[in-house]
Amino acid sequence: MPAAHRPPLLARLAAGIAPLLVAPLLAAPFLATLLLTGFAATVPAGAAEPIRIGELNSYKAQPAFLEPYRKGMELAIDQINAAGGIGGRPLELITRDDGGNPGDAVRVAEDLVTREKVDVLTGTFLSNVGLAVAGFADKRKVFFLASEPLTDKITWAEGNRYTFRLRASTYMQVAMLMPHAVKANKKRWALVYPNYEYGQSAASTFKTLLKVAQPDVEFVAEQATPLGKLDAGAVAQALADAKPDAVFNVLFAADLAKFVREANSRGTLEGTFVVSLLSGEPEYLDPMKDEAPQGWVVTGYPWYAIGTPEHKAFLDAYQAKYGEPPRLGSIVGYTAIVSLAAGLKKAGGPDTEKLVEAFKGLDVTGPFGPFVYRASDHQATMGAFVGTLGLKDGKGVMLDPVYVDGVSVLPTDAEVEKLRPKRD
Amino acid sequence: MALDALAFQMINGLASASGLFFVAAGLSIIFGVTRIVNMAHGAFYMLGLYLAVTLADRLPGPLGYWGGLLLAALAVGLLGAAVEVLLLRRIYHVPELYQLVATFALALILNDAALWLWGPEDLLGPRAPGLKGSVELIGRRLPEYDVFLAFAGPAVLLALHLLMKRTRFGRTVRAATQDREMVAALGINEALLFTAVFALGAFLAGLGGALQTAREPANLNLDLAVLGDAFVVVVIGGMGSIPGAYLAAVLVALVKALCIALGTVEIAGLAFNMSKLTLVAEFLVMALVLVLRPQGLFGRPQAAAARAAASEAPLRPMGGTGRALALAALAVALAVPALATVWAYAPVLALDMLIAVTFAASLHLLMGPGGMASFGHAAYFGLGAYGTALAATGLGLPTLPAFAVGILAAGAGALLFGWFCVRLEGVYLAMLTLAFAQIVWSVVFQWEEVTGGSNGLIGIWPDWPFDSRAGLYLAALAVTVAGLYLIRRLIFAPFGHALRAGRDARMRAEASGIDVARIRWLAFTASGMLAGAAGGLYAFAKGSISPETLAVGRSIDALVMVLLGGLASPAGPVLGAGAFTLLQDTVMRETDYWRALLGALILALVLLFPGGIAGGLSRLFAGGRADG
Repeated sequence: MPAAHRPPLLARLAAGIAPLLVAPLLAAPFLATLLLTGFAATVPAGAAEPIRIGELNSYKAQPAFLEPYRKGMELAIDQINAAGGIGGRPLELITRDDGGNPGDAVRVAEDLVTREKVDVLTGTFLSNVGLAVAGFADKRKVFFLASEPLTDKITWAEGNRYTFRLRASTYMQVAMLMPHAVKANKKRWALVYPNYEYGQSAASTFKTLLKVAQPDVEFVAEQATPLGKLDAGAVAQALADAKPDAVFNVLFAADLAKFVREANSRGTLEGTFVVSLLSGEPEYLDPMKDEAPQGWVVTGYPWYAIGTPEHKAFLDAYQAKYGEPPRLGSIVGYTAIVSLAAGLKKAGGPDTEKLVEAFKGLDVTGPFGPFVYRASDHQATMGAFVGTLGLKDGKGVMLDPVYVDGVSVLPTDAEVEKLRPKRD
Repeated sequence: MALDALAFQMINGLASASGLFFVAAGLSIIFGVTRIVNMAHGAFYMLGLYLAVTLADRLPGPLGYWGGLLLAALAVGLLGAAVEVLLLRRIYHVPELYQLVATFALALILNDAALWLWGPEDLLGPRAPGLKGSVELIGRRLPEYDVFLAFAGPAVLLALHLLMKRTRFGRTVRAATQDREMVAALGINEALLFTAVFALGAFLAGLGGALQTAREPANLNLDLAVLGDAFVVVVIGGMGSIPGAYLAAVLVALVKALCIALGTVEIAGLAFNMSKLTLVAEFLVMALVLVLRPQGLFGRPQAAAARAAASEAPLRPMGGTGRALALAALAVALAVPALATVWAYAPVLALDMLIAVTFAASLHLLMGPGGMASFGHAAYFGLGAYGTALAATGLGLPTLPAFAVGILAAGAGALLFGWFCVRLEGVYLAMLTLAFAQIVWSVVFQWEEVTGGSNGLIGIWPDWPFDSRAGLYLAALAVTVAGLYLIRRLIFAPFGHALRAGRDARMRAEASGIDVARIRWLAFTASGMLAGAAGGLYAFAKGSISPETLAVGRSIDALVMVLLGGLASPAGPVLGAGAFTLLQDTVMRETDYWRALLGALILALVLLFPGGIAGGLSRLFAGGRADG
């Protein structure tokens, strides 16, 4: 935590509130600003001159994903600093809650850049927040590594010079499942997805790609459900009434658990082939316990079944430090910091323009093995695992998971060039 | 669509209706007697579910499961009683909306408490023992638990009906719903009655949550999701009416079931996916009901409870000291950009404060002098933001004309919705504003081609000279000062006198020739335009906007700012918005549990200054007289 060298919370809050009580009516908020500003200006510069990484995320709105994420980041920071930092300079991580909305996020980003004087920005979970911070980074010429937001727009339609993205995008996740959907060779498909950009774009990508691979496919039902407020019984029944051979699911978190339980007790998905986005991630799989839907083909993170040395080293270090298995969030947080370290090393320091150039074509090795930040669209090629859900010891697991490299599912450089605005 | 499928979905909907009814009934009872708009009701529901899941995992056997449900609901009821005794009882003497702020703060604290106690991961409870199977119906399988729930709703309805009609407690509650003062005058222990009613309401919310153990995982987003639904159901049914709540719950559930069952339909050659309507179905129903039947289905016009607080003192024009203070504040505000050389964050935070002040001041015009509480003021903020953003990016207009387009868009929205809203009173008016705001939100949220859908619009930066932090800040300062000045002029013009006359004594105002509805309509529009100005500034300040600019959360923030500052004084929104923005910015960087801390600070402010900060300050300045 970065608060060590500042006055205690209560003192500062008192300082913030006191003028509100006694100062002239209209001046109070502004005086308080002045006071806070005065405090902040006294922050001493560290002697070791660390490289400051400003991280903002929706810790309050998405704690299930982001608490492991934070642990992953801290593990990476510890390892890198123990190995001597970057060019002799240690990394310092400053994390902030982005309030879960774009307006607060932009203010927090301003705060990190102006008050905390961070060298780079990273983080964000929600797509709208990620896009807003990306726009801010472009405007203020700050380097921004969007770690988690999935929207295709952040690297394509709204891509900009200063923004790179780590996590496999919505398009990539859908494309990873496509071979299985095609191989199943089902005629009648039904779709169920949360009614916002992520769900809509996943559904439309799925339909486009499947139609190309299998022109006689028919989409017999489409349910767009309000995020977090799924009427599971009704939706499960409506899907079954359309008599599909196969279902493409984009629901996640609480909606997924509700949907699976209702489908089980109604028997509406018996004998139906299901492909499902993200359902193999421990964050979403574990809460379903022994009700995990067996036979679904999913993308996810089977930490218990990955034999590569890179992952084993990560897994051991993580479990030694925290005494619990990692989640996908841990991987994303850890790899984001490792990526920044690799970029900083290649750039020879935190100069923004040099860092941008260094990230183009940057080779990184994370727990999932080596991957590249593509120069063409600033997208990392880190992939994900695809497997079939099964049960083991009363818990859902991914059986026979296969790592799908991001390169294999991304459009070519020439294609993405048409998708990005011509500016860099 | 096959008829049997439709029929099955309707039956299916009854189970969901029961779930809605439990929460809504509790909210309705609490409001009916205590007039408290209980923002913590969703949190009670969420706690009920968390407790039930925990107990179901710990206690053995079917008895443990069902006993656990009941225990969970009872525990939440006890919590409700404690909240009433320890917190709400202290603030009954101030205007009713302050209890809304207190329960809002409580909801923030309870949500963080749940995170601390149960951790971030969703908790899925076991299935209900004895009701794991399903029954065959119209060639489909209906889970036994759904059948149980479908009957549990009417059973609780009947039990509540008997409680209300046949017992002394019920008679007292009904009497208090109609005339609180009279009940107190007849020697009924009002304090005890309020505690009992609040506990009963909380118990029902907890029970509603606990009964969902078998259907959905306990998670931290439930409180807000359920709160919205519960309000809608209560308002459609008529505040205080329990049978109304049940009927409304059935109506909402059936409309949603219908949308889901219909799926994609062809209308005039265009395919439309009806399931997308589930995002906003309940608000469409509510808007329709309120426009046609302003008191809800079963509601009766409520005898306006004589305000417990003394009537507001008439506004006085600003004296010499006031002017001096205002000028001093302006001078300080003008000096902020000079600080940017030392500390660049100052104008950033100050700009957010100015936007909040403008937005809160616009709502204050409506709520203070206008006497109309709005739960959906974000609609006009958002219309302003989207109007500005679309004009700037889509039409390519320069900054100032784009800003004007935003204000006009917000004004047009307020003109349209205001016409319906100003005909209503009190909470019904507030709920109709909320319904319209939700409808606008859902259109913006789903109209991908124009509004960018849930991702919103990005790249909305102002032109020179507003593109620097200081430039935009000074422009925002000019807008805010102009806005505040205009509001003051408006309040002290004959228009403002007429508006306040309409608020304080509608009948007398109308008898003396004031067209109250028209005056209120104009005030609503003016307020909407000012909110739109705040939204336009916001779009330029952030460079990107998303549907969150017109979501409920922003409306509630504005409400809290206005009430925190104080309704009675025009300086209230300035202080409230400044304090709220500053507190939020400060606590967000301090602790992971910043919501709870923010809630605790708001609670402290409400308890310290029961009439808002402005009221508290004027009491302080009035000198050593004991207040009371």
